Amino acid sequence: MSARIVKPGAIGQPFSRVDGRLKVTGKATFAAEYKVENVAHGALVFSQIARGKIKNIETSAARNAPGVILVLTHENAPEMKKTPVFGSDSEEMGAASSSILYLNTDEVYFNGQPVAVVVAETLEQAEHAATLVAVEYEEKQAKLILQAEKPDAVLPEHIPGEPSDLKQGDAEGALAEALYKVDNIYTTPPFNHNAIELHATLAEWSEDEKSLTVYDSTQYVIGVQEMLAKKFSLRKENVRVIGSFVGGGFGGKGNAWAHVSLTVAAAKVVKRPVKLVLSREGVHLSVGGRTPTEQRVALAANDVGKLTALIHTGFTQTTEHNNFAEQFTFPARHLYKSENIWLRQEMVHLDIVPNTFMRAPGESPGTFALESAIDELAHEMGIDPIELRARNEPDRDPVKDLPFSMRNIKEAYRVGAEMFGWSKRHAAPRTMRDGRFLIGCGVATAFYPAYQFPAAARVEIHADGTAIAQSAMHEMGMGSATAQAQNLADELGLSFEQVRFEYGDSNFPYAPVAGGSNSTISVGAAVKAACDDAKKKIHGLVGEDDASPLKGTRFDEVEFREGGIYRRDDATKGETFHAILRRFEEDKIEGEGEAAPGAESEKYSMGSYGALFCEVRVDEETGEVRVSRFLGVYDCGKIINPKTASSQWRGGITMGIGMALTEEALFDVRKGRIVNPSLAEYHLPVNLDVPNIEIHFLDIPDPLTPMGAHGVGEIGITGVAAAVANAVFNATGKRIRDLPITLDKLL
Amino acid sequence: MKNFAYARAQDADTAVQLITQNQNAKFLSGGTNLVDLMRENIEQPDHLIDVTGLPLAQVEELPGGGVSIGALVRNSHLAANQIIRERYPVLSQAILMGASAQIRNMATTGGNLMQRTRCYYFYDTDARCNKREPGTGCDALEGFNRIHAILGASDDCIATHPSDMCVALAALDATVHVTGTGVERTIPIVEFHRLPEDTPQIDTNLQPDELITSVELPALPFARNSMYRKVRDRASYAFALVSVAAALEVEDGTIKNVRLALGGVAHKPWRATEAEKVLTGAKADEEIFKRAAAEELKAARGYKHNSFKIELAERTIVSVLKTLASEGGAR
Ligand SMILES: Cc1cc2nc3c(=O)[nH]c(=O)nc-3n(C[C@H](O)[C@H](O)[C@H](O)COP(=O)(O)OP(=O)(O)OC[C@H]3O[C@@H](n4cnc5c(N)ncnc54)[C@H](O)[C@@H]3O)c2cc1C
Repeated sequence: MSARIVKPGAIGQPFSRVDGRLKVTGKATFAAEYKVENVAHGALVFSQIARGKIKNIETSAARNAPGVILVLTHENAPEMKKTPVFGSDSEEMGAASSSILYLNTDEVYFNGQPVAVVVAETLEQAEHAATLVAVEYEEKQAKLILQAEKPDAVLPEHIPGEPSDLKQGDAEGALAEALYKVDNIYTTPPFNHNAIELHATLAEWSEDEKSLTVYDSTQYVIGVQEMLAKKFSLRKENVRVIGSFVGGGFGGKGNAWAHVSLTVAAAKVVKRPVKLVLSREGVHLSVGGRTPTEQRVALAANDVGKLTALIHTGFTQTTEHNNFAEQFTFPARHLYKSENIWLRQEMVHLDIVPNTFMRAPGESPGTFALESAIDELAHEMGIDPIELRARNEPDRDPVKDLPFSMRNIKEAYRVGAEMFGWSKRHAAPRTMRDGRFLIGCGVATAFYPAYQFPAAARVEIHADGTAIAQSAMHEMGMGSATAQAQNLADELGLSFEQVRFEYGDSNFPYAPVAGGSNSTISVGAAVKAACDDAKKKIHGLVGEDDASPLKGTRFDEVEFREGGIYRRDDATKGETFHAILRRFEEDKIEGEGEAAPGAESEKYSMGSYGALFCEVRVDEETGEVRVSRFLGVYDCGKIINPKTASSQWRGGITMGIGMALTEEALFDVRKGRIVNPSLAEYHLPVNLDVPNIEIHFLDIPDPLTPMGAHGVGEIGITGVAAAVANAVFNATGKRIRDLPITLDKLL
Repeated sequence: MKNFAYARAQDADTAVQLITQNQNAKFLSGGTNLVDLMRENIEQPDHLIDVTGLPLAQVEELPGGGVSIGALVRNSHLAANQIIRERYPVLSQAILMGASAQIRNMATTGGNLMQRTRCYYFYDTDARCNKREPGTGCDALEGFNRIHAILGASDDCIATHPSDMCVALAALDATVHVTGTGVERTIPIVEFHRLPEDTPQIDTNLQPDELITSVELPALPFARNSMYRKVRDRASYAFALVSVAAALEVEDGTIKNVRLALGGVAHKPWRATEAEKVLTGAKADEEIFKRAAAEELKAARGYKHNSFKIELAERTIVSVLKTLASEGGAR
């Protein structure tokens, strides 16, 4: 065998994002920025009541306002069919956020429900005219308070794929008898989506009204395509949905919210393209957020700190028209071994904007409660919280009774403790200070399942030695396109610069919603399948070609590298794609592929983990909390791109700091209205709230996943609020179980 | 946004003339508050008179040691001004703790004085608000009132004045110079903003046809030992839950001079005269600071979500005075 230098692949290298330059130079085109001739502008009118009927809707003033083309209401809107609700129990596809037939009904189901669309020549004209629409309602009693409706709570059939009530042994009994126990209620407030790009839809019909093109800020182009085809009775292939760049999604663009089909309906009526961009307030009112949670976590332990009972139960809110559960008990299913377990999630139905996905739905509030409780137990027992976790580390998945495909939590804590200097922490609260600032340190575990969904891709290898792959995947700033380009380069043996990945277009092969941190793996597997197909085609050409040095080889005897195909056992024998395609007078070779999770996902418990370390400074006089240090050590399989992955974790941690300290949608239960729908009053963390966040990752591949990788998009937010709350306890001796940890709770 | 007419004035007289000639007209300075409110359909002027071209953008030393700040001096310029930083650090600090760099670059002294409340219900045109629509009621009374007033509120309005700059001005005994139709007058800062009483729609004692031309700071040598502390929900870019502006002169352990004002607690910047009375002439120690703070907040009343502000205000006053006493003592 001849010696050769194996060039390191693209996977694992910290490439800068392929879309980065476009974005910082303003060349990335977002949904609202597509240039379409003769476009008209839409603005929504929102209901002012939470439940009732529209008695009368007075539109003449709006219609007569300057520039107004149309005021669309339930009285004149075209029919839009009912389509499956995404994220609910429905097996059918579709992206609808709710079963409400917006503008095909006079019923009002929540305060902020769009009840009219005004279309005008300019945005300002449309917005002004929207204020002139006067609606009279027949109000009904609305259900708006989670606490009040608890007696009528329902047990969902399942919370995505898992039972909503799960008992192993007798947890309450064990708790009652336990030597050590903690048993507390943890609450998290409603959180709203605040991606920097406002939701936007630009719809353009063909003249014959048989086909439709929609530019949409969505995490699910195929879902929106399906939904619109059904709603407007079009052939699916005649609906094209494009969302090339999405300015942050975080789950808020996973569903199609009311404005999407309403924009399409308006464009149909005015026979012109219509663009509708929600205002920031419009996002808060008509796009759902994360449900508040009320969670009970009870832990019992024996004298050596082994859990004898783990109880995690509680309530979230949703609506009759979307039924979306926030699976906050997921972490408790996988993180700790306990003799007795009881997990239960109930849902309360309210008259509110449908709740939805938000970065790690479930795991993010769930880890706050569970990881706070573990810390409370550790304090109660006088055991180091890392040690307590180690003593309860399961060797098999506790509820599934399956082996883990990969799990290195202990190692993550070991590395993290050393990097952070955990041994220097004082375990006793209020014992570290710097002038008027109390200092505290806390840890918590991050957890998110590793999901793979079915996906498809196609690839073209060009005669010039470059390649393009396509899939209807999404790039919302996560680095997906970069990671897929790295994958593509390695699969074909090309350099990173020779490949390009195209996405965000329903004309491309199927890709699932960008949710569940599945994209990299799902699409990655599909790209590999498509590359395999193309590679087989190439080998099929040369393997039987007299002119090729590869004639007579079997597929497993060749490899693809450096822009060509070579014998494995003789690196001098082979030829470039360029040479092959020229000889066969082809300008490209195409491959197609599909991939779906294999049987492993049934046979193994697959998850990602992290060990989080946080230091806070608390102003003893005013109660103000600032995070001064944060370290996340992640166990997420092989890391495709250290740079983009680290950005994902940093972003998740930043969002987690907001969840811990500042964020809360103020929902006024008198009218069911959110009263802080602006970036000035809905407090996201600003630069000064976010310290230098240190990231480390173990980079240990999962032997059972494509590329050995796991998704990294959502795990970053999990555990963060608990790490902060635990650090606040260590600093102040006050245990805050009700987020956000605002200063008034510490006075 | 409703359509409006736009005119630019090059001098104060023209500006005043334009505002008297036109119905429902407003001055426009940096626009950081007014344009926001227009976009939210809360302010709906028919005419905007842009005053940014007026020659009122200077910070000038006055004979006798005072300083005159033109109404069009941008917040960032004022905060960076060397005289202000040395002689009135409380003012520079207050401005820098407000808004964001971008907003401060646009915002003007006059506009800052005239900025409107951040009450959630004032901003929600579907809510009841006596300030926005007199006579409709106040949804904040029984609603989310964590950010609302604890001093000087009325049953008609519990909104606060959001400015940081004005709290420092209140502590410094500034006067506001204004010009109206043919008349110029000065208004002491503490009389510039109003308490809500039963007319919360009127924020200030400035007449609709009056233009702010400048703000004057008196010579106040001991204000070199002054500071601003702002307590808020995030580290930056949030309005004060409570803020304290103070200047302190301690001689031989005794408080010779003190100026104290609170922000985030009332419909106007709150000059803490009761506390000042307790402090002046007293021995500068923590006990007297606490007594003074308690005295000032005796009249305070909390609502459902904001009672914590009473204790927070007391603590912050004490903390600021302690800091100034130790720093001032060191000098
Ligand atoms: C997101 C955000 C956060 C903010 N955070 C803070 C904060 O933390 N602390 C803080 O103090 N402020 C904060 N601000 C408010 C900011 O300080 C004010 O918006 C600014 O000072 C207003 O000045 P302007 O020149 O832009 O006024 P404009 O918006 O131009 O005008 C405001 C009002 O003043 C009137 N006016 C302007 N000039 C004159 C004049 N010469 N004579 C008479 N009337 C006049 C106008 O008619 C108008 O009614 C924030 C603002 C925003 C948007």
